[in-house]
Amino acid sequence: MPQIAQLAETYSSQIFWLLVFFGIVFVFVGRGMVPKVMETVARRDQQIASDLAAAGAARDKADEEEAAWRSRENENRAAAQAIVAQAKAKAAADNEKKLAAAQKRLDTKITQAEQDIAEARNAALAEVEGVAVEAAQDIVQRLAGVKVTAAVAKNAVKKAMTHV
Amino acid sequence: MHQFTIQPIFGSQNWELAGYNIAFTNSAMWMLIATVVLWIFVAGGLRRELVPGRWQMAVEYFTGFVDNMLEANIGEAGRKYVPYVFSLFMFILFANILGLLPLGVVGIHPFTFTSHFTVTGILAILSFSIVLVVGFWKHGFHFFSLFVPHGTPLPMIPIIFPIELISFMVRPFSLGLRLFVAMMAGHVLLEVLSSFVIDGTNAGVGYAALVGIPSFILMIGICALEILVAGIQAYVFALLTSLYINDAENLH
Repeated sequence: MPQIAQLAETYSSQIFWLLVFFGIVFVFVGRGMVPKVMETVARRDQQIASDLAAAGAARDKADEEEAAWRSRENENRAAAQAIVAQAKAKAAADNEKKLAAAQKRLDTKITQAEQDIAEARNAALAEVEGVAVEAAQDIVQRLAGVKVTAAVAKNAVKKAMTHV
Repeated sequence: MHQFTIQPIFGSQNWELAGYNIAFTNSAMWMLIATVVLWIFVAGGLRRELVPGRWQMAVEYFTGFVDNMLEANIGEAGRKYVPYVFSLFMFILFANILGLLPLGVVGIHPFTFTSHFTVTGILAILSFSIVLVVGFWKHGFHFFSLFVPHGTPLPMIPIIFPIELISFMVRPFSLGLRLFVAMMAGHVLLEVLSSFVIDGTNAGVGYAALVGIPSFILMIGICALEILVAGIQAYVFALLTSLYINDAENLH
């Protein structure tokens, strides 16, 4: 076994060169490069974490804005509905007023017409009376040969007409 | 056992430092290769892009893996050990896997330096020293309460204390030996099986069918297993190191 057979002659060189090369590895690789590699990893992890946090914040903000938009939209809709309802009520009131005015106009026309009719009837009746008086005078003169005055005839006609 | 032999290269067998031989051997060569390959691998992941490519993803996977292991075992205080445990884990992993590469077919013979207990032992002692330094630095002599589990009855303490102390002192040995034995056993097993394949096939058609082919099929499976072991042993070394550091950081 060379490990034991050569021990006395090689141990110093083995120890020396091991310390030299392991020392180089430790100083330049272990202390020089490894911290930089780990720093890169840590920086990347940090970057990922901050990116995730930013994305989360952006999402929260978007949610917030959507909620705000939604409430604003609801308000607008409610306002629009209020305006529509108001307009409807106003239109209904206007209609009622117009209808009332039209009704009034119609009513006056109707009363006017009724008055006219009554007047016309009275006039007609008076004419009929006059005609009846003359007719009664004529009839009395021809049948009885008696001349009656217009006043008497009129009286008689009035008496007779009340029985009609 | 030739694959475990250490040979000085570039005529460096007489290099000395303060009286000690520091020949640049094939073992040191493969440490250099593991260092360079690991450097290239991690440097390739250093592009620091926000959206990582495949290479950067692989490097970040390994750092994240070590980071998670330390955080799971030690907690938030474990993060400052990431450079050390990452270096340890990746250095052992690259050494194990580079040593398994079938580069022999192109004339380069890989040397698995983690199959030498001089190497694994030093790494284990390094981890153990960190545990001791952190333990005494943070807790002072209170660190010795590690050897008296919480709730031990008073008369039991004289018995429990030495047992816990021994189990603590054995840690660097078990840590270093485990890696060395696993790597060496795997390579020996592959060598034995390949000698069955070659010798059996050379001995004639009957032996080839009876020994050579089944050994070859078995060897394919064992190769997959060895790749697994290379990863697992690196992981176990790093995991146990983090568990021991946890004892020093948090006592219990």
